[in-house]
Amino acid sequence: MSTLPRPEELYAKINHTPPKADWMDVPVDIKPGRYCYAANPDSLNYVGLPHARKWNPLDEDWKLPENWKEIIFNGIRERLDKYRSFKVFMDICVRCGACADKCHFFIGSGDPKNMPVLRAELIRSVYRGEFTTFGKLLGKFAGARPLTEEVLKEWWYYLFQCSECRRCSVFCPYGIDTAEITIMGRELINLLGLNIDWIATPVANCYRTGNHLGIQPHAFFDMIDFFCDDIEDITGIRPEPQFNKKGADILFVTPSGDVFADPGTYTCMGYLILFEYLKREYGLDVTWSTYASEGGNFGFFTSHETMKRLNSKIYMEAARLGVKWIIGGECGHMWRVLHQYMDTLNGPEFQSSNMTVPKNPITGTVFQHAASTKMIHITEFTADLIKHGKLNLDKSRNAGIHLTWHDSCNTSRGMGLFEEPRYIIRHVVDKFTDMPPGTIREETFCCGGGAGLNAGECEELRMMGGLPRASAVKYVHEKYGVNMLGCVCAIDRAVLPGTMKYWVPEVTVCGLHELVGNALVIPGEKEREVNLRGEDLPGKEDE
Amino acid sequence: MKALYSLFLVFALAAIALVGAGALGMERTFGLYIPFLAAAVFVVGFCWRVVQWGKSAVPFCIPTTCGQQESLPWIKQSTIENPSTTTGVVLRMLLEVLLFRSLFRNNQPQLYSDGRVRYASSKWLWLGALAFHYSFLIIFLRHMRFFTEPVPALIRGIESVDSMLQIAAPTLYLTDLVFIAAVTYLFLRRVVVPNIRYISQVQDYFPLFLILGIGLSGIFMRYFAKVDIMAVKELTMGLVTFSWKAPQGIGAIFYVHLFLVSVLLIYFPLSKLMHMGGVFLSPTRNMNCASRKFRHINPWKFENVHYHTYEEYEDEFREKMVEKGIPVEKPL
Ligand code: SF4
Ligand code: SF4
Repeated sequence: MSTLPRPEELYAKINHTPPKADWMDVPVDIKPGRYCYAANPDSLNYVGLPHARKWNPLDEDWKLPENWKEIIFNGIRERLDKYRSFKVFMDICVRCGACADKCHFFIGSGDPKNMPVLRAELIRSVYRGEFTTFGKLLGKFAGARPLTEEVLKEWWYYLFQCSECRRCSVFCPYGIDTAEITIMGRELINLLGLNIDWIATPVANCYRTGNHLGIQPHAFFDMIDFFCDDIEDITGIRPEPQFNKKGADILFVTPSGDVFADPGTYTCMGYLILFEYLKREYGLDVTWSTYASEGGNFGFFTSHETMKRLNSKIYMEAARLGVKWIIGGECGHMWRVLHQYMDTLNGPEFQSSNMTVPKNPITGTVFQHAASTKMIHITEFTADLIKHGKLNLDKSRNAGIHLTWHDSCNTSRGMGLFEEPRYIIRHVVDKFTDMPPGTIREETFCCGGGAGLNAGECEELRMMGGLPRASAVKYVHEKYGVNMLGCVCAIDRAVLPGTMKYWVPEVTVCGLHELVGNALVIPGEKEREVNLRGEDLPGKEDE
Repeated sequence: MKALYSLFLVFALAAIALVGAGALGMERTFGLYIPFLAAAVFVVGFCWRVVQWGKSAVPFCIPTTCGQQESLPWIKQSTIENPSTTTGVVLRMLLEVLLFRSLFRNNQPQLYSDGRVRYASSKWLWLGALAFHYSFLIIFLRHMRFFTEPVPALIRGIESVDSMLQIAAPTLYLTDLVFIAAVTYLFLRRVVVPNIRYISQVQDYFPLFLILGIGLSGIFMRYFAKVDIMAVKELTMGLVTFSWKAPQGIGAIFYVHLFLVSVLLIYFPLSKLMHMGGVFLSPTRNMNCASRKFRHINPWKFENVHYHTYEEYEDEFREKMVEKGIPVEKPL
């Protein structure tokens, strides 16, 4: 593993001026700290992905299958027919450069091949050479080049320096979405067994145990039980969550990261408190599932088919348990999949006809906007409860917090979830300041670790990619005294603490339902001394 | 280097027309056959490309959402940036196509020495692109007076507005100025801005020079060579009425103009200029964003997909589940 330079050094080294040589003549140089380790063959084999083998990105020989070019060309041909997005995006880019400086990886690394347009050109150049008349006739003159092992390595390197955040597509006059091209590119290299382990192993885990972290049902139960212990210590009330309960009204699915690691765990405690409150007050009947125990979907970072295979569990489990509809927890890419893919991928096959349009039994609100998918985001649910005055919230318990809000890429540009969390925020904390325009909402920046790039070994890349986000946080921290960065994504909760520690160490990271859990007053609870993190509440510091 | 290649190429093309129609007297070829062929290639090629795109499937609903979604009734939805109705989608597309909405968002990150990244507004590209496309459109429409008799009032109207500034005879068209300025800007940013130069290719410079060549040859004809307009109209009307006679005294510069236009027409469907058609087919812009409300159907199927069923899962973990009191389908 490489050693991470100090933040000032890293910042000072960023150079946005490209080299003299034509980009096609600059050979790929796979740098430690910016790439992820190769997939463990056992993981690929477990889910039946092709060409599993041991290989090392730093080696000269990647042990490619003999007919690898043919595999790639056939793969491209197939995808050009199956995905209009791919075909149109291969053809119509005018290289206007509007997207060029919109990528956090380019802003933070200065590597010109991290300009979205050039990332796409890496593949487009090969497409031109093999699939267009001009490219075939004129070669390099027409911006075409042959596919070689060098080129393939370059693809691999830069396909795993894109977090599929779609920020570039917001600025492109034709909506060209480099994330979509990355998705296709990753499908292609997966045909050659060239996945990274930080994606492949979670995929295999999820396939087997129901979640990325490979938590087996008894352990999943124990972990949540452990949170219940903590909640009981803090509030005097012990939540009694239900697991795999047939006949429950609602299935709750959240990313397993929330169950596994801080600060996601505090968000998980928030969900538990919310559901316990609603059960006691209004008899809400929610169940967790150990089989569908993952909302996230690393299959999405592998191939559409893998995404489908992992996602199917949610509808299958909803059907088995006979629930009416589903609530999904706080996560980013999970919600891109749920909002834009799930119903198409698995709705026709696996959505039970017994499911109904989500209706909040407490407020009577019918979530018409989820009429077909029958799954709503927990912030939609909680915002509705607050609006109808169904939650007893005590903001003062979050009084030590001055919050700013990180809109996650996927909920922003693949969904449009902006006001729901902000509405909740205004009811659970007093001090809230948004970051400057251009860095939030649809123009928000990625945390730097999306799409499977949160591996320890690519930390330098992540710190580079995290710079734009961190810089905006630093601004509101210095100017307004912001000390907490809220988010609605499990990957953010895993990535941003490290990014903050590196760039803005004074700011910590939390999920939204952690704040809800702190503010929510459960009937009969004892006077709380500490928050969900076990820190003294404001005014309760030891006398 | 790439810019130079393209420039030479356009010069060479102009020379071909000069020599061909001028010195070799192949007026018929350059005045009739090539333009006809070019128009045919353009129409057929354009349609063919669009049909090819149309033939490939749209399996998923993947719009880029650029505003608040439709969710709870009391939350104000951004009905155009995140449309959930067909009207919304149409408006979104209109804004994109007519006003270049996305380009208008453009900003530029700057790294300051205090360690902060700031974003400066940067609307020049938007302005330049808008000026270029609209002046091109107006010039195109103005040219319709060569292909219609009598000239429709609309086209005459455009002309008279366009020539408001009567500072020279023949009257100076405003759009000609805007057009040349815009093309020059689009070219200059490609050579001056380092990152744009880095991503630019021959096929980015070539159409710019080609279009500039068309513009300059047109302007030269109109303001300097003072080509016989009536003779030109005789020729162009001949083209649309399929009754060719080679008019006398048009001058070789006209054939240069016409030949470059022909090259543009042929080049168009083979190149990135197809963005004109493609923008309408871009799934990140032209789809309804309410993907949880309406199910989008994938026209093709995944073959032989393997799932890990609940039964398989319970078989592996039954004992551990029972131990914790998690309900199971089959008792131990
Ligand atoms: S903004 Fe769009 S058209 Fe312009 S360079 Fe980027 S991808 Fe190409
Ligand atoms: S999707 Fe995000 S990470 Fe990928 S190229 Fe675009 S801006 Fe960069």
